[in-house]
Amino acid sequence: MPSTLNYPLAVILFSVASLNPASPAFAARKGIVHDPAAVNPRGQILALSCAGCHGPDGKSAGIIPSFYGKSPEYIESALNEFKSGARASTVMGRHAKGYSDEEIHLIAEYCGRAWKNTKKTGGR
Amino acid sequence: MSSNISRREFSKLLISGMAVAAFGAFGGAIPAFASKNRVVIIGGGFGGASAAKYLKKLDPSLLVTLVEPKASYVTCPFSNWVLGGMKTIPEITQTYNVLASRYGVHVVPDSAISIDHVKSSVTLKSGKVLLYDRLVVSPGIDFRWGTIDGYSQAVAESRMPHAWQAGSQTKLLHRQLLDMKDGGTVVICPPANPFRCPPGPYERASLIAHYLKERKPRSKIIILDPKEKFSKQALFRKGWDRLYPGMIEWRGAIAGGKVLGVDAASMSVMTDLGPVRGDVINVIPSQKAGQIAFDAGLSDAGGWCPVNPLSFESTLRPGIHVIGDACQAGPMPKSGFAASSQGKVAAAAIVRLLRGLEPAPPSLVNTCYSLIGPNYGVSVAGVYRLSSEGIVEIPGSGGLTPIDAGDDQLEQEALFAQGWYKNIVRDIWG
Repeated sequence: MPSTLNYPLAVILFSVASLNPASPAFAARKGIVHDPAAVNPRGQILALSCAGCHGPDGKSAGIIPSFYGKSPEYIESALNEFKSGARASTVMGRHAKGYSDEEIHLIAEYCGRAWKNTKKTGGR
Repeated sequence: MSSNISRREFSKLLISGMAVAAFGAFGGAIPAFASKNRVVIIGGGFGGASAAKYLKKLDPSLLVTLVEPKASYVTCPFSNWVLGGMKTIPEITQTYNVLASRYGVHVVPDSAISIDHVKSSVTLKSGKVLLYDRLVVSPGIDFRWGTIDGYSQAVAESRMPHAWQAGSQTKLLHRQLLDMKDGGTVVICPPANPFRCPPGPYERASLIAHYLKERKPRSKIIILDPKEKFSKQALFRKGWDRLYPGMIEWRGAIAGGKVLGVDAASMSVMTDLGPVRGDVINVIPSQKAGQIAFDAGLSDAGGWCPVNPLSFESTLRPGIHVIGDACQAGPMPKSGFAASSQGKVAAAAIVRLLRGLEPAPPSLVNTCYSLIGPNYGVSVAGVYRLSSEGIVEIPGSGGLTPIDAGDDQLEQEALFAQGWYKNIVRDIWG
């Protein structure tokens, strides 16, 4: 367990520039797995629901489709098709109807960008 | 431990002091700048384990400690499949190894026995004391023993299992079903609302019927229900008529369903309309929040824990978040899926609160699959958001499998149920 006393003073002083906790620099220093620039907190909280059926970061192990690695555009259009009923489904349409167009956009942006980035950092 | 903490406290003071000296007064709460924030989680079920994992995923710098006495966790979801002979207990058993090794959650195999909300500490059975900056309590349910005359924990552990906490109780009920003679009667007594897994007793009847139909076809199932209606009722009744005609009899409150007492010696259940004898009797008692919620002053007169739906922080004890079956989350059912969704919302809120930020408005979700037969699945879905009335279901969303769903859809939902289980346990414990 590294003690904070081990932080070199220079790093601390440099980091004060990022004391605004909302700033990407702050998030980066805290070691957020997801690319902080891509994280909209509302998009994040909406998107966390998806993993309950589709698996962590949208990587499914079974019959439920994966969407890990899909583009935001693909995810957004698929969700809109489920919502309108243009794409047939068992349960996905019932879920998609629970989100506004803006929320679907935020979900797609988060899943399509933040989760893609986890590959680079070795996270899941 | 204590010297470590005091050193951390010291460095926190030192560094925040330096920051103030160098840059003037810092407005607002001191952020998690110098020391690592400590989040303790009590309970490693669907809620607690989700919170632990997502706290570390969203902010790996947090010190996250998960207190859970059991080395492994048998999930209630899919435990009915064990009773139906379609899964084994090892197949529905989860462990904490990955949370510890891959995510850096400190897993403490111990029981929390008390919470001091003034000192922000949790005392464990071993005597160890954990300090927290935020506490998550996810204790699940306890039973209201004493509400059914003659039914006690001792009776549950010998003659009439509840099997509403999975593990040894599931094994006991399964063993009794295996030992029952053909032509026997299985009595299932579901509880009054609200309770864990609203469709669960009826899925249980379905999958026991599946087993009986294959192995002991002259047997029957009687459900004695204190309610007048139940979850997914029309879908279950249609499925029972199609798959198990004449095998399952459901008696609601005014048809003698209300259970007044049990007699373990004669294996019978007392109702308004006289005793009902069973060869296997599964009594699922009424429920309340897990005991530690009561001891810590987190529950209200109704026996559940009121929370701020923005963050699942207790409205009675600031700094303590209550998630899962123990909390009151408006129209959300007490399901493993809902608990996991709440665990993620609480985790995201805690990460922001520890930085002095407002939590983002929550989005909550639930999907409950029930199997009526191995190739016959139905589901209920819900999407929830925060309104001025608290958590509400979004109009026009969610709902049930259509009553006229074709066999293709029912079969696909049965497959999706298995896909769902695989993924949610990976999302939480994997």
